[in-house]
Amino acid sequence: MDASDHLYRREAGRMVATLTRIFGVHNIALAEDVVHDAFCRALEVWKFRGIPENPSAWLMASAKNRALDVMRRERTALRYAPELGRLLESEWTLRPTLDEAFEPHAIKDDQLRMMFSCCNPRLTENAQIALILQLLCGFSVREVAAAYLIGYAAAEKRIGRAKKVLAASEGLFEIAGAADFTARLAAVQRALYLLFNEGYHGSSSESPVRTDLCREAMRLASLLLAHPLAATPATRALYALMCFNAARLTGRVDALGDLIPLADQDRSLWDRRLIDEGERYINLAATGAEVSEYHIEAALAAMHTCAPSAAETNWAEIVELYDALLRLRSSPVVELNRAIAIAQIDGPERGLAELRAISDSEKLASYPFYAAALGDFELRCGRGEYAREHFQSALSLARNPMERRFLERRLAACSAAAEAG
Amino acid sequence: MSEFLYLYRGGANRADRTPAENEASLKEWVTWLTDLGQKGHIKDPGQPLEDSGKVVSGKAKTITDGPYAEAKDLIGGYTIVEATDIEQAAQLAGGCPIFQIGGAVEIRPVIKM
Repeated sequence: MDASDHLYRREAGRMVATLTRIFGVHNIALAEDVVHDAFCRALEVWKFRGIPENPSAWLMASAKNRALDVMRRERTALRYAPELGRLLESEWTLRPTLDEAFEPHAIKDDQLRMMFSCCNPRLTENAQIALILQLLCGFSVREVAAAYLIGYAAAEKRIGRAKKVLAASEGLFEIAGAADFTARLAAVQRALYLLFNEGYHGSSSESPVRTDLCREAMRLASLLLAHPLAATPATRALYALMCFNAARLTGRVDALGDLIPLADQDRSLWDRRLIDEGERYINLAATGAEVSEYHIEAALAAMHTCAPSAAETNWAEIVELYDALLRLRSSPVVELNRAIAIAQIDGPERGLAELRAISDSEKLASYPFYAAALGDFELRCGRGEYAREHFQSALSLARNPMERRFLERRLAACSAAAEAG
Repeated sequence: MSEFLYLYRGGANRADRTPAENEASLKEWVTWLTDLGQKGHIKDPGQPLEDSGKVVSGKAKTITDGPYAEAKDLIGGYTIVEATDIEQAAQLAGGCPIFQIGGAVEIRPVIKM
């Protein structure tokens, strides 16, 4: 029965993208209706006749037939995408045009067009990702709301507004020959990067990691890799980064669903196959003159993933990579991570000095792991009372139950250290 | 063994349920019907039915849109099962996932010569 596991998630994006291309971007709601309808009907039939060998092909055929029905029924009312309109209005060319549109290579291209269209510069990054989740990953409004821990109404509003922007655009983004291709590709990479991170850190979610979000980000990234124009060194580096981090997902959470710090993870649980894949793509990314932030982040992830233990990690090189990253993009969070790496080499006092030297540290005021890092270093310096204060303020900033439990354990460690001392 | 017709009323896949819920319901149906089949109770697994149709009635054979039953009474599909008697047929229907979403199974013995 695995065949139907998340079938809708896997197939809906392909079908919506293709139908949107056929009906035109202004008819995106119709495309979604047809897909939903085709899916519900397929499920009704499978209840009685069993799940077919190839449910994907079955669903695609069902969506195509539903599209034909709609087009014949609404012939006069429908206004199509300009480039296909003429072909779809005549019964002579309708069927072959539709068959052509449902060829596997065409479906792949349509998903890419849709991905690029969702990353419209008129939309915020959050709106772009919400749109990608719904249109390309088959997430319902409820599931988008759950992924971002926002209310149903807020998610609905965010998606609704984003769709209006999309529907009002001239058409789906054409990858070949687009003048703004490079800028749009960067936006797509960024959206997939953020989507993956949302799954990896689960900062706004109930569960510590959201494997499904990571998997979707990787699936969409691999679509980029399959296209000659989109498979740039930065795309490959991004994919390598995802592989290295995804490889460690299995070791990040304990049996109670709590986060395990990197130093305490059982490295034998990490996924060897994904690590190899990461190494393959980081090598493939090493062409051309551009060193993107994904290159550096992938190299950082590789350093951690390939080290036999936290103690045997090459922290000096990690500090250098953070320096390189900061030259590309200044970020207080990166500076925080750099300070933690420096403390691994030169000890906690030096780490405290680095933390206090962070240029934009007020931007970290609401980030629990800044206070937690201060607490960690104080504790390692043997100043349990200071450590406790920092962990208290970190706890007051915790964004979800998992972070709260993690910080409570750190607080308990302060008390244990005080008793021992 | 006698034959019985199961008529499923109400409880079809609906738009207000998420695809994941509909997929979970599909699995339960397949599990239930496969189990009945393996125990030799399935004569014909049957088919789902469209919600809308036509009704032809009267001497004038008037054709109207129909059947216009209330959603909870609408027949969504059928199965033909084999059982020793109607009590067993009713007991076998108890495993149908339709009850979780407020539907019902009507059981009608097929008249044999």
